Formats: sequence, C-alpha cells, structure tokens
Amino acid sequence: MKKVQFKSSYSQYLFLAPQLGILLIFLYWPIIQTFRDAFTMQDAFGFGTQFVWFDNFLFIFDDPAYFIAFKFTIIYSFVITLITGSIGLLLAVQANNVMHGKSAYKTLLIWPYAIAPAVVGVMANYFFSERFGLLYHLFNNIWGFNWYESVFDSYIYVIIAGSWKQISANFIFFLAGLQAIQKSVIEASMIDCKNSFRRFWTITFPLLMPTTFFLIIINITYAFFDTFGIIDTTTIGAPSGETRTLVYKAYMDGFRGLDLGSAGAQSIMMMLIVLVITIFQFRYIEGKIHYN
Amino acid sequence: MTKLFTSGFSHLILFIGIFIMIVPVWMIFASSTHTSSVINMGGLQMFLGESFYDNYLRVLLYKGGFFKEITALKMFFNSFIMATGVAILSVVTSLMAAYALVYYRIKYASFLFWIIFITILVPLELRIFPTYSVMAELNLVNSYFGLIVPISASAIATLFFRQFYKTVPDELLESAKLDGANTWRFFIDFLIPLSKTMIVAMLIFMFVFGYNQYLWPLLVTTSEQYWTVVMGLKMMSGSIVHRFAFVIMSMVPPILIIVVLQKHFIKGVFQDK
Repeated sequence: MKKVQFKSSYSQYLFLAPQLGILLIFLYWPIIQTFRDAFTMQDAFGFGTQFVWFDNFLFIFDDPAYFIAFKFTIIYSFVITLITGSIGLLLAVQANNVMHGKSAYKTLLIWPYAIAPAVVGVMANYFFSERFGLLYHLFNNIWGFNWYESVFDSYIYVIIAGSWKQISANFIFFLAGLQAIQKSVIEASMIDCKNSFRRFWTITFPLLMPTTFFLIIINITYAFFDTFGIIDTTTIGAPSGETRTLVYKAYMDGFRGLDLGSAGAQSIMMMLIVLVITIFQFRYIEGKIHYN
Repeated sequence: MTKLFTSGFSHLILFIGIFIMIVPVWMIFASSTHTSSVINMGGLQMFLGESFYDNYLRVLLYKGGFFKEITALKMFFNSFIMATGVAILSVVTSLMAAYALVYYRIKYASFLFWIIFITILVPLELRIFPTYSVMAELNLVNSYFGLIVPISASAIATLFFRQFYKTVPDELLESAKLDGANTWRFFIDFLIPLSKTMIVAMLIFMFVFGYNQYLWPLLVTTSEQYWTVVMGLKMMSGSIVHRFAFVIMSMVPPILIIVVLQKHFIKGVFQDK
C-alpha cells in the first residue's frame, strides 16, 4: 500500500461508482439469478418456479452427456496447453536466439493472436470439409480420417483449430519472459555449461517458471471459455456430443432445450472448477516458483 | 561455424512457424479472389484470381442475398462501435476504480478489492442467460448499449492499472500535494499522463476483446441492424467465394491494430521500458 494517500472522502466513491455500478448490475445481478435458476425448476407449463434444492445438480450428475463434455474439456485444455505452450516456447527461444530480424519475426508471429476464435473456426472448417478440405483429404489418405464419425478424428480437428491462434499468445509471453532474463545470468551460465541444450533446461527454463505458470492458466481459461466460437463453427459437437466443451453444453442445454435450471447448475459447477484451479494456483504452484 | 549453424537452425524453425501461420490465411484469401466455379472444380487455391473487386465489393455493399437486410459495411460499423465502446468504457471505469483502491485509505478496502477482482473468475459465458434476462428486463436487447456494457463489466484492466499505480513513487503525490493539487488534479494532470503506455495497451486489448465477441452479440441482437462482423460468420449464406471474402475482411481490423500498435501493446502489457 502507498504510504501517502488521500483521506477517505466522498470523492473515493465517485471514482469507484462507475465500475462498481456496472459490475453490480451486469455481473452480480446475473450471478444471483444463476444461483436462483440452479436451485429452482420451472413447471411444465412455465407458469411458475419451484425451489428444488439440489435436483438440478443431481440431474447433471446422472446425465452421461455431462461426463462426456467434462472429459473432453479436461483433455482439450490439457492438450491445447501442452501443444501451444511447447510450440510457443520453441519459437520464442529461436526468436530470442537470432541476431537479425528479431522484430520482424515478432510481427510475423504475433498477428494470429488478434483473430477471433469464431473466425479461426470458420477457416478451419474450410480445411476440414469433406468437399475440398486439404487436411481432411491428407489425413483421410493416411489413416482414413473422418471426423463426422470418429471421435478421435474429431478431437484432432478441434485441437488443431483451437491451437493454431493460441500459439501466438504463448510465443509473445515466452519471448517477453526470455528477454527479461538478465544477460549476466546467461553469460555466467555459458561459462559453467557448454551444452546449450542442458543450459536451457537447467538455467533458462527454471527462470521462465513464472511465465510458464501464467500461460498455463491463460491456456486453460482459453480452452474452457474462448473455444466456444471454435466448437460452434467446426464440429458443433460432432460426432455426437463428444467434442462439446462444458461451456458449449451448458449453452446448448439452456438455449436449445430452454432448461435454465440445468444451465444454471452447470454454470455453478464451472465456477467451482475455476475456483479450484485458482486456489490450486495460489496454494501449490505460486509457492514453488522462484521469481527473480 | 557452430554459431552460424545454430542461428540457421533458428531461422528455419521460425520460418516453419510463420509458414503454418500464414499459409491457411493466404489460401483463403487467394481463393476469395476466384469465382465459385473455380473453387467448386478445383478446391482451395494457392494463387490469386481475378474476381477480387467483384467479390469484395459485393459482400461489402450488397444487401440482399448474402445477409438479408444488412450490408457487411454496416456490420463493420456496428463492430467498430461495439469495440470502441467496450475499450473506452472499461478502460475509463478501471482507471478510476484502481485509483480509488490505491490512493485512498478506504474503509473495507479489502472487501471492495475482492468484490471487484473475484469477477475475473466469472466470465460472461458462465452467466450468459441471466445476463440476457437482465438486459431484456432493462429493455436493452437490440441496442449498442446492450452490446457494449456487459462486455465492459470486466476488472482485468483494473488489475493492470492497480499494479501500475503501485509502482508509481510516493514522492509524486507528495510533490503534487505541495503544488496544491487536489485529488482530481492529481489524477488527471499527474497520474493519467504517466499511465499513457498502459492506457493505450489496455485500449488495444479491450478493443480486440470487444471486436472478437461472438456468443454475446449472437444472443443479444435479434434485429439484423445490430449484427456485428464476428457473429455474422454464423449467419453467412450465399456463394463460397463471398464467404471467403467475408472471413478475410473480418480479421483485418484487429490484425491491423495489433500489428501497427504492437510496440505500445507489448510495452504496456509487459511494462518494459
């Protein structure tokens, strides 16, 4: 905290009011409604709602489709984090390594970050369509790729679509992390260890831990929430619901099925998952990394 | 020699990376300059065709056919209003809130802090139907206000500004006080000019964030007059080359902004000098 501050007065509330007002009306009010939805059920004719305790939650736990979406979301966020993180790191290390053209490489690799997931999905669609999709036919010739029917193949489709643009974000953050490492540390390590591969894993990579850790959270959040636009423009859950993320399923149940109770309960389950990840972040990982 | 070799290897890897990024977009672009029959016969194209103007002008200006009552130009206008609105509203409110949190000795400061920052854990996707019903109750469906405000309800920029303010030396406020500056003067004349890099970075970030919204505009606009570009991808009908052209155009504004302003963006987000 600052040592010098303004004394509490009416003006502090004027500064806080706009953001607090927007958050209360457009965030807290809907969240309260989400809880209300999750614990009530509309009767068949839509005349009234009834408080049903945890029935909506019990229904989703009984629903095999929920576990399919849960499994897919976990696999999806894990694989996307792994792929985009390692490719982003590889590219960042190379870009940090070159003498000339560093900023040109930066520019040429940064722009996919700006593209909306939905746009990426529509593009991916053109490469994976049965009619003229290049990747569809390439993979089809190799192992009979067919995402309309095979779960594994549909995973490949949405993983490629989901990873493509996210490589950029990982690249930018890793490059910034690498550039923040002090030159003297690297120079000292060069004297101690001639093997550049070993030097990277024993000196540089541990120093990148804060960045890595931050990116894991960013990538998981991306795979959980931002991929909605990708799923909705690529497989739409094909073959039969196996590529629906939890967010996508909740939306579909609420929108198509008009089951707001279930959508609310699913939202609350996701809030819990996000909360657990966040607590895990603060408790277990933050304590173990060294910030320089 | 080994130095030359390793740097050659680095360039090769980077070229492969750039290739993977550029080729898909290039192929859609090249294909968008052909006629539909070329695509139907020969699939995606690698080289440019001759229908660039025909396809792009038609998508931009023609009403019937591609979408029913709206031209792509109007959708770009809507997207621009939405993205600018989100950027300005969220940055201004965040600047002010962060100022109150850092520069005031507030009662219940930690409570207010949590009230604001816990919202980062609840993205719009998790409360989308209730947010919609709030908007319906407030009569804000099909309005720019309805497109902008729920997306601006975000404390991410507040977090960045708060971190930044904390690094500002205490002496600044002391000397400003000696000069007789009150809280507003200090905020406007001292702190805002000092946070310029951070403000620009956050404006860029929130603009792209607003422009790229897909699900919310899909839900909150039933009238075509409020359709935005990215949600429009879901509504496309018409010939394949026109769709290609629309997809390419849809990614131009955010890419331009990020590429042209990347220095400011990176500087602000990573706070390097």
